[in-house]
Amino acid sequence: MITEVVSTQRKKIHPHKFTLWVAIASIIMMFAGLTSAYIVKGSLPGWSTVEIPQLFYYSTAVILLSSVSVQMALKAFKERNMALYRQLITVTAVLGIGFIVMQVLAFMQLWDRGLTMEGSSGAGQFLYIIFGLHALHVVGGVIALLVMFIKAFSSRIRNYDPVSVELASTYWHFVDLLWIYLFIFFIMSI
Amino acid sequence: MSDGAVLHGHPEVRTTHEVHHDEHHVHHHQETFITKYVFSQDHKMIAKQFLITGMIWGVLGGLMSVIFRLQIGYPDQSFPILEQILGRWAKGGKITADAYYALVTMHGTVLVFFVLTGGLSGTFANFLIPLQIGARDMASPFLNMLSYWFFFTASIVMLSSFFVQTGPFSGGWTAYPPLSALGDASPGSKTGMDLWITAMALFVVSSLLGGLNYISTVLNMRTKGMSMTRLPLTIWALFFTAVLGVLSFPVLLSGFILLLFDRHAGTSFYLSDIYMASTQQALPNEGGSAILFQHLFWFLGHPEVYIILLPAMGMVSEVLSTNSRKPIFGYMAMVGSLFAIAILAFLVWAHHMFVSGLNPFLGSVFVLLTLLIAIPSAIKVFNWITTLWRGNIRFTPGMLFAIGFVSLFISGGLTGIFLGNSTLDIHLHDTYFVVAHFHIVMGVASFFGMFCGIYHWFPKMYGRYLNNTMAYIHFWVTMIGAYLIFWPLHYAGLAGMPRRYLDYSSWESFNQFSDLNKFISTVAMIVFAVQLMFIFNFFYSIFKGRKVVTQNPWGSTTLEWTAPIRPGHGNWPGEIPEVHRWAYDYGKDGREFIPQTEPVNPDESKH
Ligand code: HEM
Ligand SMILES: [Cu+2]
Repeated sequence: MITEVVSTQRKKIHPHKFTLWVAIASIIMMFAGLTSAYIVKGSLPGWSTVEIPQLFYYSTAVILLSSVSVQMALKAFKERNMALYRQLITVTAVLGIGFIVMQVLAFMQLWDRGLTMEGSSGAGQFLYIIFGLHALHVVGGVIALLVMFIKAFSSRIRNYDPVSVELASTYWHFVDLLWIYLFIFFIMSI
Repeated sequence: MSDGAVLHGHPEVRTTHEVHHDEHHVHHHQETFITKYVFSQDHKMIAKQFLITGMIWGVLGGLMSVIFRLQIGYPDQSFPILEQILGRWAKGGKITADAYYALVTMHGTVLVFFVLTGGLSGTFANFLIPLQIGARDMASPFLNMLSYWFFFTASIVMLSSFFVQTGPFSGGWTAYPPLSALGDASPGSKTGMDLWITAMALFVVSSLLGGLNYISTVLNMRTKGMSMTRLPLTIWALFFTAVLGVLSFPVLLSGFILLLFDRHAGTSFYLSDIYMASTQQALPNEGGSAILFQHLFWFLGHPEVYIILLPAMGMVSEVLSTNSRKPIFGYMAMVGSLFAIAILAFLVWAHHMFVSGLNPFLGSVFVLLTLLIAIPSAIKVFNWITTLWRGNIRFTPGMLFAIGFVSLFISGGLTGIFLGNSTLDIHLHDTYFVVAHFHIVMGVASFFGMFCGIYHWFPKMYGRYLNNTMAYIHFWVTMIGAYLIFWPLHYAGLAGMPRRYLDYSSWESFNQFSDLNKFISTVAMIVFAVQLMFIFNFFYSIFKGRKVVTQNPWGSTTLEWTAPIRPGHGNWPGEIPEVHRWAYDYGKDGREFIPQTEPVNPDESKH
């Protein structure tokens, strides 16, 4: 009953989309807090740097590709090309999972090089936490994609409302951009 | 029909009997007890859930202060009853040092976050935003429900920390490391601290979910004609509060995440060069900085004090104008000053760190920015007083609390100017002067805002009035009591009496305050007792209060009073009313008030 009446109200941008933008601002603040903590600490004695594994460059390529595919999926959805949409959303989800796996592998490489959490502080401890938190946000995006994946393949639900697809793609682009920012931040500051 | 509603405690749906007897279902969807009172998605019910949870915390937090005030007032006496309440934390009726610190810490945490943030914003943002902007509900009722249940879970976790063997966290509500980072530092730093962080993380999630919703509701769901400049000031204030929360809580969360790693993974974000007396060990941590935590904490911490204060300011503006029967003075200046406060709130955090070794030059920048806040604050005070000036004042309980708020905000704001000067703060920091400052300007003042809101909107929440006699006693005792408690503490602070000490009697210089401390502790108990009377009044009136018979009992202009006395889910039975004017047409063209829903008459005067 509520939703019926609400939809008669005047609105410019869909409230859920707006909510997502505010949530994105909030997530940005969290990473701004962490990266400024990094800057503050970088100037203190006992700071040690870290060599960034090659693997992170590959994962960057993967997440960039996934942004392209999610954008194409959105386009396909809007053109009601459901077969293509289903394929592209699958591709995006697979790329997303691939990204997360690569991040974990890169963490393991670093760990094997002797960069652990114990002891004195340095860029490495921040790297684990900042990249780890970013990966968690990607996991959130993958879960959203999986939900849409199930929706797209269940024949019962026929839905041509693009809002949830748009929400997912906006969020996906956001975690992509966030990654680019964080990655460049680390490359520049190490 | 209302009997059925009364039995169930929350008589706010007029058509209650339809809900309970399914035969004549009209347009109500199936509402069970669970969906109506427990997992409700109705913003009004969620507001009440926040309010009542907040009230329970309020009583607990107040009780803690009574207990530790006993210690401060009577350090040489023992109270057998304390042993009954606290068990081994008060062996022989004397509170132990650990328990004292745990109580002070939990008192601060509970009142700042669970009562004056969750209980205050949670209640009134939920209750007022949809009703005053003309919406059926929040942008996302589901997220809204989640927001409450995260708050509830946070409450349970925080409460559970009282029952672990090593006790709740005891390192102060600001949770500075190393006390908060090293389990061996004190009993409270063990499990108690883990529960504290968990509860706070859940609390942050709750605030974020709530805040997201409040912002997008205010911006997207206003009814036809409700432009931003026609919004009541309550909504503006709640809106800026939500913005502050959404942008500052995540930073606190990142601070907590680093803290968790320092606690459990051996990292050194906040730790460096530490020798533990309790374990006789030098720790391997190096290069960490406890100051870093202070930066992250106060980047939230200062906006947080305004998260607490702004909703109170908004409600006070609304209630003052309504009960002076005059338009609010300087509406746009009020909005502008809220905006200025919200911006400045992010730029002053380091004034809590003047004595932390902060670069004095940087300190002077923060002095300047801090003192700038006095300007928008003064604008607001000026406008409130001018609104009262020559008003046709009705001294309802809500109005009294609103006036009390203005008085407290002036008193507490002035001492802020002392503290904002780093040279003075070197002397005043960590003394009772700071305690007096923030209790008056934030603690008591925001409580007054909250009471003002409760007395004013209780009729809308429950369709009944609170008892007036009890309300007046509540106001006068609390008002006088608050000044008697906190005013003298300024002098103790100026004399250098430090905060957070268990026993001052071994200092010759502070013995002059021992009688004063006894007096303060006595007053604190009386004031606490009166709050219990308020709680009684609240619950008694839900069931037995005088019934509201007119839709608009205070003669208000705003939209919530155009809804039925006991609005159902969806707020207005028919169309949502359309808005034609701002919210403050009081005493205009010889009319006492003109509701926002009334079209503007061509020959009406301009405001
Ligand atoms: C003109 C306005 C204000 C100024 C210049 C000001 C300044 C300050 C300063 C410099 C301190 C740090 C004192 C110290 O620790 O040595 C302080 C503490 C504090 N202020 Fe204010 N303040 C103002 C208004 C407010 C308001 C409106 C609130 C709350 C709504 C507030 C809440 C607090 C709290 C909670 C603390 C102490 C926190 C703690 O250490 O536990 N202040 N204030
Ligand atoms: Cu401050």
